[in-house]
Amino acid sequence: MNFELTEEQRMTRNMVRDFANDVIKPRAIDIDREAKFPIDIFKEMGKLGLMGIPFPEEYGGSGGDTISYALAVEEIGKVCGSTGLSYAAAISLGATPIYLFGTEEQKQKYLTPLAKGEALGSFGLTEPNAGSDAGGTKTTAMIDGDEFVINGEKCFITNASFAKTLIITAVTGKDEQGKNIISAIIVPTDTKGVTINSNYEKMGVRGSDTAEIILENVRVPKSNLIGDPQKGFKQFLSTLDGGRISIGALSVGIAQASLNRALAYAKERKQFGKPLSSFQAIQFKLANMAMEAELSRNIVLKAAWLKDNHKSFSKEAAYAKLFASETAVRNADQAIQIHGGYGYMREYEVERFLRDAKLLVIGEGTSEIQRIVIARQLGC
Amino acid sequence: MNIYVLLKKTFDTEEKIIINDGQIEDDSAEFIINPYDEYAVEEAINQRDEHGGEVTVVTIGDEDSDKQLRTALAMGADKAVLIDTEDDLEDGDQYTTTKILEAFFQDREVDLILAGNVAIDEASGQVGPRLAECLGINYVTTITDLKIDGDTANIDKDVEGDVEKIETSLPLLVTCQQGLNEPRYPSLPGIMKAKKKPMEDLEIDDLDLEEEDVEPKTKTVEIFLPAEKEAGKILEGEVEDQVKELVSLLKNEAKVL
Repeated sequence: MNFELTEEQRMTRNMVRDFANDVIKPRAIDIDREAKFPIDIFKEMGKLGLMGIPFPEEYGGSGGDTISYALAVEEIGKVCGSTGLSYAAAISLGATPIYLFGTEEQKQKYLTPLAKGEALGSFGLTEPNAGSDAGGTKTTAMIDGDEFVINGEKCFITNASFAKTLIITAVTGKDEQGKNIISAIIVPTDTKGVTINSNYEKMGVRGSDTAEIILENVRVPKSNLIGDPQKGFKQFLSTLDGGRISIGALSVGIAQASLNRALAYAKERKQFGKPLSSFQAIQFKLANMAMEAELSRNIVLKAAWLKDNHKSFSKEAAYAKLFASETAVRNADQAIQIHGGYGYMREYEVERFLRDAKLLVIGEGTSEIQRIVIARQLGC
Repeated sequence: MNIYVLLKKTFDTEEKIIINDGQIEDDSAEFIINPYDEYAVEEAINQRDEHGGEVTVVTIGDEDSDKQLRTALAMGADKAVLIDTEDDLEDGDQYTTTKILEAFFQDREVDLILAGNVAIDEASGQVGPRLAECLGINYVTTITDLKIDGDTANIDKDVEGDVEKIETSLPLLVTCQQGLNEPRYPSLPGIMKAKKKPMEDLEIDDLDLEEEDVEPKTKTVEIFLPAEKEAGKILEGEVEDQVKELVSLLKNEAKVL
């Protein structure tokens, strides 16, 4: 066993850490307060090759691995949950399905601009009546000649307002048992009949764009179908497996940032003539926060390592997402507690960590869904 | 153009300095490229992009120093040289470093050598100028602008906040000051390419040097941390009384009046 990062992984982490501290961190409070998607930051990240870390050079990517990508998400998440979420979603959900299941032509045409950071991608799965129950998708894609005609509504879709391409899941027919066949189809956002609204008032990750998509008689070529026309559902389940690693990594970032802030404050703040960090009640909190952040990081990196080594990683990805996101919520909550009244104030940023972390136990599969995934892997 | 950068690794500025047995503990410390040397790397890359040629980054250190060299390669330098002295030298000073570099540059064609103004650890700022003297080439320290045209270099030199304009000729050694440029982040493609770039490993034997040739000229007598800052004093009461107390404290306690 070897826990050392490779030279490339270490350099990637250090570079993203420097970039996050210099460029993103000073704006994190405003990004949250103004709920404004920092598109300029994404352009800079694109120039540094960050939008294409896990994709090969032939499609405009950087030829990195999942571990490097997870380290990058953690570093961004440490300073800004909004930027971290949009970053993770752009790569894991917006671009990865095309890389994993797309045809050569689809990769050249749609993946390359995403990997180069010239455009953002977005993945439309959730619907008003199909959240955890993705099988309950109502959006339909009917074949008419050489085209799909898509009708339906998607909600809570990350990055959609700024995306050039959407990957939309839709019912394309019924199988022999009469069950819906759900497929994934590429829909450029400038296609006629696509309406994207971003009117949500969110609790956290406020600077990450979240939108609803309305599809009215949207026509795209049949060739925009991604992968196997029968196995669309299975495909995006495996997309979600990969996405879970990145949400785990983002959670580690918030969990670590919560610890860092709480520890620094506890050492500085004096009550009863002594620093808070000298009180055992506070020490125990800090010890738990540090331990759980590190354990979260371990499982995230293990899941990433399994994926990089082409081993099965579904269960570990669910562990990583579940444990790390719940750790992020706990650590952010404890960080506020350690800060006392100051922690409740925006200026001290730890209250933002909690609002941002709450999304991570909901998005890309709730904690409850993760437990179902794990239980199924156990053979239940 | 043959461009060389002298690079040193230093403690990460976030690191806490711990002294144990009169030595600075560096076992678990994170190291970075000396921030002033980052300006040198950036400038070297820019000059190469403008005039052509090759950038070689040179460091003296131990086997872990390859990390900082790889980062410089990821930023865009072409080649790196690590002169590993860990097994051969107990300790060294600016004389040691200068002697080793002098031997290294002995039979190399050099147009431009860039170094940091100072290293943030020992902050002597001596290696650059002393090396230039040994090599018999021109040098300018603390530069904030460099324009090269043929063999002529036009330089802005920072002199305590003012600017001195200097014209000189290549071959040339300069040391880089804050304000010269904004060092780039190594891009992901740069990081991926860094592994494939050549890195040469040398020891002092390879430079025909013996330990005695580079023996330090200075002796470190003691290493200690600065005295801890005491909490400030806040004066209270009527302004007039406060002023009186302040004057008395400055006279009697601080003894500055």
